[in-house]
Amino acid sequence: MTTTPLADRTTAVAARATELSKIYGAGETRVVALDQVTVDFRQAQFTAIMGPSGSGKSTLMHCVAGLDTFSAGSVRIGETELGSLKDKQLTKLRRDKIGFIFQAFNLLPTLTALENITLPMDIAGRKPDLRWLDTVIQMVGLADRLTHRPAQLSGGQQQRVAVARALASRPDIIFGDEPTGNLDSRSGAEVLGFLRNSVRELGQTVVMVTHDPVAAAYADRVIFLADGRIVDEMHEPTADSVLDRMKRFDTKGRTS
Amino acid sequence: MFRTALRNVLAHKARLLMTVLAVMLGVSFVSGTLVFTNTISDAFQKSSAKGFDHVDVAIEPGYRPDEGDSITEQPKLTPELLKKAEGAPGAESAIGVVSGFAALADKDGKLIGGGFQSQGGNYWGTDDPRYPIEDGGRAPKGENEIAIDSETAERAGYKVGDTIRLSVDGPVLTPTITAIFTTDDGNVAAGGSLALFDTATAQRLFHMTGEYGEIDVKAAAGTSQAQLRAALDKIIPADTASTTTGRQLADSQATQIAASMSGMKSGLLVFAGIALFVGTFIIANTFTMLVAQRTKELALLRAVGASRRQVTRSVLIEAFVVGAVAAVTGLAAGIGIGAAMRSLMGTLGATVPAGPLVISPGTVVTALLVGVLITMLAAWLPGRRAAKIPPVAAMGSMHAQATTRSLVVRNTLGALFAGAGIATVLYATTMNGSDGQVPMGVGAVLLIIGVFVLTPLLSRPLIAAAAPLLRVFGVSGKLARQNSVRNPRRTAATASALMIGLTLITGMTVMAGSLQSAIGKMAADAIKADYVVSMANGNLLSPDVEKKLAAAEGVTDTSSLRNAESRIGGETEYLTGVNGAAIGKLTDLPVDNGTFKVGGADVVVDADTAARYGWKAGAEFTAGFEGGEKQKLTVAGVYESNELLRGILLDNATLDEHLPASSDPADMMVMVKTSAGASDAAKDRLEQALGENPAIQVQDRQDLSDDIARMFTLMLNMLYGLLAMAVIVAVLGVINTLAMSVFERSQEIGMLRAIGLDRRGIKRMVRLESLVISLFGGVLGIGLGVFFGWAAGELLAAKMPTYELVLPWTRMAVFLLMAAAVGVLAALWPARRAAKLNMLTAIKSE
Repeated sequence: MTTTPLADRTTAVAARATELSKIYGAGETRVVALDQVTVDFRQAQFTAIMGPSGSGKSTLMHCVAGLDTFSAGSVRIGETELGSLKDKQLTKLRRDKIGFIFQAFNLLPTLTALENITLPMDIAGRKPDLRWLDTVIQMVGLADRLTHRPAQLSGGQQQRVAVARALASRPDIIFGDEPTGNLDSRSGAEVLGFLRNSVRELGQTVVMVTHDPVAAAYADRVIFLADGRIVDEMHEPTADSVLDRMKRFDTKGRTS
Repeated sequence: MFRTALRNVLAHKARLLMTVLAVMLGVSFVSGTLVFTNTISDAFQKSSAKGFDHVDVAIEPGYRPDEGDSITEQPKLTPELLKKAEGAPGAESAIGVVSGFAALADKDGKLIGGGFQSQGGNYWGTDDPRYPIEDGGRAPKGENEIAIDSETAERAGYKVGDTIRLSVDGPVLTPTITAIFTTDDGNVAAGGSLALFDTATAQRLFHMTGEYGEIDVKAAAGTSQAQLRAALDKIIPADTASTTTGRQLADSQATQIAASMSGMKSGLLVFAGIALFVGTFIIANTFTMLVAQRTKELALLRAVGASRRQVTRSVLIEAFVVGAVAAVTGLAAGIGIGAAMRSLMGTLGATVPAGPLVISPGTVVTALLVGVLITMLAAWLPGRRAAKIPPVAAMGSMHAQATTRSLVVRNTLGALFAGAGIATVLYATTMNGSDGQVPMGVGAVLLIIGVFVLTPLLSRPLIAAAAPLLRVFGVSGKLARQNSVRNPRRTAATASALMIGLTLITGMTVMAGSLQSAIGKMAADAIKADYVVSMANGNLLSPDVEKKLAAAEGVTDTSSLRNAESRIGGETEYLTGVNGAAIGKLTDLPVDNGTFKVGGADVVVDADTAARYGWKAGAEFTAGFEGGEKQKLTVAGVYESNELLRGILLDNATLDEHLPASSDPADMMVMVKTSAGASDAAKDRLEQALGENPAIQVQDRQDLSDDIARMFTLMLNMLYGLLAMAVIVAVLGVINTLAMSVFERSQEIGMLRAIGLDRRGIKRMVRLESLVISLFGGVLGIGLGVFFGWAAGELLAAKMPTYELVLPWTRMAVFLLMAAAVGVLAALWPARRAAKLNMLTAIKSE
């Protein structure tokens, strides 16, 4: 896949959900978190998933990323169908093909910044591609912080380490779960800038769940979820257009 | 505040479980010990009091000290005296008591009981009130008749009319059983056997012809024990005998039993104390972690106006509740343990007199106090720390990171303690024997405290040393190593708990092993005899035995070892009589100076005795013998003593010349050399020559060293069993620490799972952390144990020339493996829990 020319990659699908449903409980307590959602995430595209609380946006990401199981439908990462995988294979898939950025940074406090970045490859027992690693580190601007431990880094720096960790193993797709949720606006903008750059310059595929219109504006495309369904999609979004669209959920929520 | 504390306990049930278990184990050990010892001593006291029912006043022979160079003849209780006592005003009847050792064989020819409890005695007249005869029997008469106690008869299946094999001090007798009797004798109640002859036979067999060991006088109706005693004191010369009332005898026996039980009790309580001490580490660890996890909550309490004292108190109330629950369950378990120990003693052959389980109020109060106080004491420091949380911490978004607060003060203190400890122990090793014991103990305690305090510091380099090994396990190994040094205090407390047990176990093993080899070497090096023949219970042998052995086929040399009292320079000295012609061929004792020559006036003296009297080869001294004769003896040589031979050795022939005709020589043991060396056939021949006597053992050199080894193994196994409790508590500690660590790090674990570490990897990570902590404790414990074993050995070496430090490498390897097994075992549950964590909730949970 690393050899695929950039031009082709823009058309190929990195991950695809087809008629994906996730249902919790049964009978009286039955809750439909995802209701037959079908969506494609194209390669080298930056997608934001938005929606009000309880819309199912996080659940969708978790299911597509192989972090959570689903009730019906199918999920593909590249050519791999997730529904048929056992926990062990799923773990291996996450390790080799997927990168993650979490809201709460989620670094190991005992490891240095560099060790945190190479952790997925250490787990896999692979040697990191040093030139690529260098590129990533330069991009997130951590070259002089590599031997620091997370406790010695600011929140923004910690999240940059998390971004670098996600990029370093060159995954097919990176999922971010509110990656700027715990950051001030300047640090958040930096992190989002890195993510956009990784898509534009390195051809990375990124899917991010957010409720912040400003964050969503960094994406190439925004998917809106409500009540477990995809209700809208927007390309080349701006903060204002996303905010307008989100406001409509609120009014609808109030009137209905 | 109390309600908050109670809610906290309920909310953290699972996390407090290990703490409760640890305290519970310690408390149950304490209360089990108390219940057991109280029950046993109560039962023994009741049974022994019954044994004195028939005695109103006991007359015992007096003691006259030796004077000058002669042996004083001791007063005897004669039949005349008995007649006199019987005629005293207020006396109804008197019984002359004769007692000694009588080994009974069961129908297979094996000794009944352990040998030490095989008693013999006399049946008084035709109707002895002490021993009621069961239906169908009659009093034994003459040397071919015997009565045995009903317990023994039942155990071995003997009936009236059967013949039984029996030996007193040599020849085997085969009398007919004429009676089976019941008795309250305490020794029989405790599983011993009792065989009775008529009085004349008993006196002859037990070398008490014409005398009694004791005279029991029964008071006539209306006469009190004290009155009878006063009456007897008037007619019995004071220097011949002393009188004691039955009540006094019972009381003094009760005191004696209580004293011997209290020794056992304090011994067991020491081990219970060790287990509880180890438990305090777990309690302290648990509460430290609970406080750390609740930082925000506690800060909130402070922010809304709770005082520092209230916060501390809330933690202490929590500890109180935990301690109380643990103490109550521990007490219940302890009562069970007490009952189980009693029945265990029963199955091991040591019959304990029946009696109710004694649960005294003292036991209950002690158990409850110990459980509650230990828990609160251990939780006190974490409680203080909780109070120091500033109210502003409530506003922080993250709960407090585990601190690696400066350990400078701690390390300095630890180094001081450890340094002082090592110095004191080393100083003690240069001292002489018993003088060194106190400084050695003080030094050991100081060093252990020092190492405790230093464990956080030691954890880093020691665990780093394990890094190359852990690297094999990839990321899991690396993470495990880093996690284990992440909170040095917690790791240290957990490892220390294990360290204590292993220090003690290793120290004991090193010492016992070294001692065993030293004693074994002594015996093996110094003896050339093929066999040593002795009584199974250490009693004396009749000289007949040596004669029979000397006459046996294939026997070339024999020598008995005979004790004889003598007076040398106004002191009482025990001489050892040997066969002067043979002793040189039977032993190989290192000679310091002179020559090893025993015969006529020539004697050899061991180095200690020679030093005491200032003798060298050629020195002369005069010995006074029993009966008053004296002889001038010459020191031919000075030798190194050992376990079997010590003191002044002289020829039995020389001894015999001086002993009065009335004296009854008896041998401690007989050494035998055969022409063909030791073999099963030779042993059989010797045993046959002795008439297959059940009470006499024929041992070759291997048997002797096996005997010594068996003794040490038994002792070690008992210590291992007792120390196992401390190790179990330590295992609970490891489980506790891991479970809490997993809980604290659930977010990290969730992340690791998300980015691709599989369940196996997570499990391995937790297991390896556990292994690292356990091995850390194990290495420290074994190291300290070896040091203490060596140091204590240095003290012993001063007294034992053959003492040499023997490091039990295999055992030490086993201990290390055991520590590793503890680690793996303790990690089972926490590792599984970690692997099962729900990734998504783990990541989200802040």
